Amino acid sequence: MNILTPIPTNGGDTLIKFGSVWKSQVAILKEKFSQDVEEVLMPGEALCDVPIIYVKKKNLVNILTFLKEDSQFQYNFLADYTAIDEESDPRFEVVFNLFSHTKFARIRIKVRCAENEEMPTLISIWPGANWAEREIWDMFGIKFQGHPDLRRILMDQRWVGHPLRKDYPLRGYQVFTTPEAIDPKLLQD
Amino acid sequence: MSTSESHIPKDILRQGLPGTMDVRIERDPDDLWDDSRVIINIGPTHPAMHGAFRCMAKINGEIIEKSYSEFGYTHRAKEKIAEHRTYHQFVVYTDRLNYCSALLNNVAYSMSVERLMGIEPPARCIWIRMMASEIARIADHLICIGISAVDLGAFSFFLYGFHQREEAYTLIEKLCGARLTTSYTRIGGLMHDAPEGWEKEVKAWAVKTKSVIEEMDKLLTDNKIWRKRTEGVTIFNKEQSLAYSFTGPVARAAGIDIDLRRDQPYMYYKDVEFDVPIAQNGDCFDRYAVRLEEIKQSLKILIQCADKIQKGPIWAEDKRVRIPEKEVIYNTMEGMIHHFKFFMSGFDVPAGEAYTQVEGGNGELGFYIVSKGGPSAHRMRIRGPSFWHYQGFDPMIKGQMIGDLVAALGSINVIAGELDR
Repeated sequence: MNILTPIPTNGGDTLIKFGSVWKSQVAILKEKFSQDVEEVLMPGEALCDVPIIYVKKKNLVNILTFLKEDSQFQYNFLADYTAIDEESDPRFEVVFNLFSHTKFARIRIKVRCAENEEMPTLISIWPGANWAEREIWDMFGIKFQGHPDLRRILMDQRWVGHPLRKDYPLRGYQVFTTPEAIDPKLLQD
Repeated sequence: MSTSESHIPKDILRQGLPGTMDVRIERDPDDLWDDSRVIINIGPTHPAMHGAFRCMAKINGEIIEKSYSEFGYTHRAKEKIAEHRTYHQFVVYTDRLNYCSALLNNVAYSMSVERLMGIEPPARCIWIRMMASEIARIADHLICIGISAVDLGAFSFFLYGFHQREEAYTLIEKLCGARLTTSYTRIGGLMHDAPEGWEKEVKAWAVKTKSVIEEMDKLLTDNKIWRKRTEGVTIFNKEQSLAYSFTGPVARAAGIDIDLRRDQPYMYYKDVEFDVPIAQNGDCFDRYAVRLEEIKQSLKILIQCADKIQKGPIWAEDKRVRIPEKEVIYNTMEGMIHHFKFFMSGFDVPAGEAYTQVEGGNGELGFYIVSKGGPSAHRMRIRGPSFWHYQGFDPMIKGQMIGDLVAALGSINVIAGELDR
């Protein structure tokens, strides 16, 4: 038993509910962005709950805008935005969990990203992506091109290292004895 | 009134008052203590901030011109810990996310691991989980609307709610022995079965709470001072709420018609009847009203659950996750070894990835788990609604009065444990 085992009480019937919708959506996406769709993993075939679409970084903003606005997709809600350290080459995967408020379907978009590569920012599509990107920078050290305020968000500004990387130790200390003064620029209009 | 105007004309400040000595002030554009602007620092340990986080606001008179928020003071690296603990060991860490509704976090976490493993718990377990979630949701809402009323000066309203919340915690205590940090669920089951007659007690409590909620409704909802204090204050409209990924009561107060219990049914929410309250304005009053109505709906669900629950097993029949009975552990060698292996090395979860979400007290609470096999997760992302709600806090209070900051913060119910993780 694994993720492919349907659990009716746990939302496991999504494959029956959205299977055909997902199939047609993936077909449209493959046709429209044939250059940019790298790989598609479908539930039922691969070990995942919703389709995972790997896209290229170059056209990411256009693809997500299309997914958000096209009438056949309407993935208008950014449910989650995070990254994974895969310890492979390229090292990171940036993950978008999207949700449609009209069709109630979910989909996952992934972008592979090397260690010193920069990602495009998504603030133009979802202003709420701001802090999520700051968290990814803080935890994984992935930079975002065009981000207005790319500071650390959970750790101290003086922190060294990016804690959710796999090579970051589980234990250890970094002690800061002095408080930090506020940066006046943050309160300027 | 323009928000950027000082009450002292600028040229007087620059040239000095007529008839006095030359008191020309050299201006530094970076000087924050300019004109009548004042920087105030609220938090991290301010009584009006519900937890350890901080808001810096630049105010002109009483108007907030710009603010920014900082948090992370209670960051405990839960996502990193999850990569180094077994799935069973991580249950206790989920309590400390949203500590106002710990049971909901337990349920959400167990559901997400069960989804990866393809385990379906038996019916009684799911009914108890549903009842536990609804009790937790009511407790969460009661503290949210109670405390936000206290912040705005309505103290007795809070005490009515707090009494019922204490009784809810007594029910939770009967379930798992703890009041706040419950750790009640297990992967594929529960820590204990509910005690004899617990359903009846829940039902009696729900009936009592219903009358108390009606009383609270009468006490505050049409109170003129409360209305003036909250109506039209810190409006966050539908488009903004969607752009900032708002979920739960805060989104519903702005007119986003979404409730995962209804729109993406999990557990047995299909089998119970309830309504989803929606408001249109997205101000503090709407957030209060939606929460109050949701308590009533949750009570309705609780009463239905108490009628529908049947006796039966609480553990999924799956050898991988089933914790052996004490009877077996103490009397047989195999049981002893099983127990030891379970707690020392954990159980393997097959490779795969899933993002499972429930409707939490504050909104969509999700666990995105990537497993590569083995007893601990490769990556576990916790999507706490407070993180996204607090992000909308700065745009929400911009141009509002400083006193309304407190009202806004109480109404979006940011919980530091979930925010910092």
